[in-house]
Amino acid sequence: MIYEFFYNLIGSEIIAGFIAASLPLLIFILPFALVAVLLERKVAGHMQDRLGPMRVGYHGILQTIADIIKLLQKEDIIARENDKILFNIAPVLVFTGSYAAFAAIPFTSAYIGANIDLGIFYIIAVTGLVVAGILMAGWASNNKYSLLGAMRSAAQIVSYEIPTILVVLTLVMFTGTTNLMTLSENQTAYFWNWNILGGPEFSLAKILLIPFMIISFFIIYISTLAEVNRTPFDIPEAESELVSGYHTEYSGMKFAMFFLAEYANMFAVSAIVSALFFGGYHSPFGYLGNTLGIEWLIPVEQFFWFTFKGVFFVFVQMWLRWTLPRLRVDQLMTASWKYLIPIAFVNLLIVGIITLL
Amino acid sequence: MSIRTEEMVLNMGPQHPSTHGVLRLELTLEGEIITKVVPHIGYLHRCFEKHCEAMTYQQVVPYTDRMDYLAAMGNELGYAIAVEKLLNIQVPERVEYIRVIMAELQRIASHLVAIGTYGADIGAFTPFLYCFRDRERILHLFEITCGARLLYNYIWPGGLSHDLHPDFVRLTREFIKEFRPNLVELNNLLTYNRIFIDRTANVGILPVETAINFGITGPMLRGSGMKWDLRRDDPYSVYHKFEFDIPVGEGKMGTVGDSWDRYYVRVREMEESLKIIEQALDQLPEGDVTSAIPKRIKPPVGQVYTRIENPRGELGYFIISDGSTSPFRVKVRAPSFVNLQIMDELCRGHMVADVVAILGSVDIVLGEVDR
Repeated sequence: MIYEFFYNLIGSEIIAGFIAASLPLLIFILPFALVAVLLERKVAGHMQDRLGPMRVGYHGILQTIADIIKLLQKEDIIARENDKILFNIAPVLVFTGSYAAFAAIPFTSAYIGANIDLGIFYIIAVTGLVVAGILMAGWASNNKYSLLGAMRSAAQIVSYEIPTILVVLTLVMFTGTTNLMTLSENQTAYFWNWNILGGPEFSLAKILLIPFMIISFFIIYISTLAEVNRTPFDIPEAESELVSGYHTEYSGMKFAMFFLAEYANMFAVSAIVSALFFGGYHSPFGYLGNTLGIEWLIPVEQFFWFTFKGVFFVFVQMWLRWTLPRLRVDQLMTASWKYLIPIAFVNLLIVGIITLL
Repeated sequence: MSIRTEEMVLNMGPQHPSTHGVLRLELTLEGEIITKVVPHIGYLHRCFEKHCEAMTYQQVVPYTDRMDYLAAMGNELGYAIAVEKLLNIQVPERVEYIRVIMAELQRIASHLVAIGTYGADIGAFTPFLYCFRDRERILHLFEITCGARLLYNYIWPGGLSHDLHPDFVRLTREFIKEFRPNLVELNNLLTYNRIFIDRTANVGILPVETAINFGITGPMLRGSGMKWDLRRDDPYSVYHKFEFDIPVGEGKMGTVGDSWDRYYVRVREMEESLKIIEQALDQLPEGDVTSAIPKRIKPPVGQVYTRIENPRGELGYFIISDGSTSPFRVKVRAPSFVNLQIMDELCRGHMVADVVAILGSVDIVLGEVDR
């Protein structure tokens, strides 16, 4: 729809495709990050027996906007010993990596940035940019704490990609598609068609699959937590040890880029998890638009459910963050290599056998 | 081809979120493994001991507050007892009871900070605020008693600056009643959290012999399994009249003397302090609190050493009097200062993240380390 509009306007496939894939996302993600930051502070506040931001606007709703304005006014500090080129590229790369992932996530049945057949693998590949960005940031800062943070971060993201991919493989094997659009579409309407409840086909396999799907879900949720560096896996930016890890030396808008990327990432992984297991944009209870016979209402409802599921998982991430302590580096590695990966692997085999039945 | 490698020296502090003040730790790292720790102190040195020589005995009291600023009541109590011993005066019963109540409330407040910041060091930020919420109520109790929240100038040689506020007993009882469930909540949230246990159990093990050799006292020594508490073993004030247990580390989650044990000893000490406060409130005698305060303190020539059990360990005052109105020499045995020396011993072979966990379990206050 958007693509055709721009294609008619400009006449170039590439430019039209580019605009259609990036513009709506930018319009969605930037405000989302603002809301998410406020949500985080409010959630943290209420969990800790305080109120959170209260001063700017009604119950502090304008707080993040005020913060962004403050960050924009800040001096852009680059220390003499920093590697200037890498130092400047790193935040852009991190932001690009997390932002590009949204292109392959279906927002509604009517809109997906780029309908790629290898969607889910595209996302996993493109978020790899984040690792490069973080390593660059740590190295270019020329700060021992930053370097330690970046090293930890790279090790962590690389280790936790394996269980993620194993779970994704499980789902790919089960559904027979790597296209997130098709994946979501298969789990139509009603919640009993969701993959976590064994997919849309009614058979013995569906019932057998349920426990293994739940295990898969937990594995992918834990490992995505580690990939976006959230507690209990926030070791790269462990405040009490490494000050703030790889972004210690950053200030102003460059710091805000890291910050924004973190929240964009949180939503991206939540959206992926919901697309894989919880029906993506589909409503759990059927559509009002179908009942009333209003066609255009369906995408609106879908967009609502998509955002709702995404925000719910983001909320769970925040909940965990403000409840749990942080693991140590070696414990983090142990958790991935000794527990998550073998479990994910066995899980993959079992799901494969059940699907064959 | 041989690659030249060298150990990395990492300066942790003096500006660092978890050195609990202006402490600088010079870490020598092999990757993330620690081979050596050298604590550098003195960033907060204020010449307390030298200052005392130029002041009268009464004027020293506010300065003692500023040593262990999380346990100011304890510091005052130790100093007051030392000067009273030098003067050889008796204080009224009521004064002794109020002093004990204050010291125990202060112990709870101090341990709450220790526990809360320890949680924050490990990464759990929420228990920190829960602890501060409860500490706030104790500070309120202090505030209605003497008007100050941190540096009280309340316990004077020979008595107290004010009597208790009429509401004090009622509010304290309310606090105790509401604090007990909060302690259970804290245990559920932090103490028995799997990740917390993984981070602290078997980390920084301090065998009891080493602890004694280094002169470690307080919760650290008890965490290593030694039942040594001056309130019981060398009673001062009216502590001999109360029933309470001395919790020691049992190695419940790992080895005896690990960081978890040191942490848990503090949690259980708070429960014991509550018991002492309850008993003291029940037996609180009537009387005047200012009657025994001497107008002019001019002790005879001589010297005195007294020690009390502060939240961080054995706080000792050594005072030499030359017969004038100012002390000739004051020396403080600060528990944090002594306890900090063990850092190198405890940290070797652990990872950078463990330094934070160990330092938090040592529980230092830099105001006392540097004085």
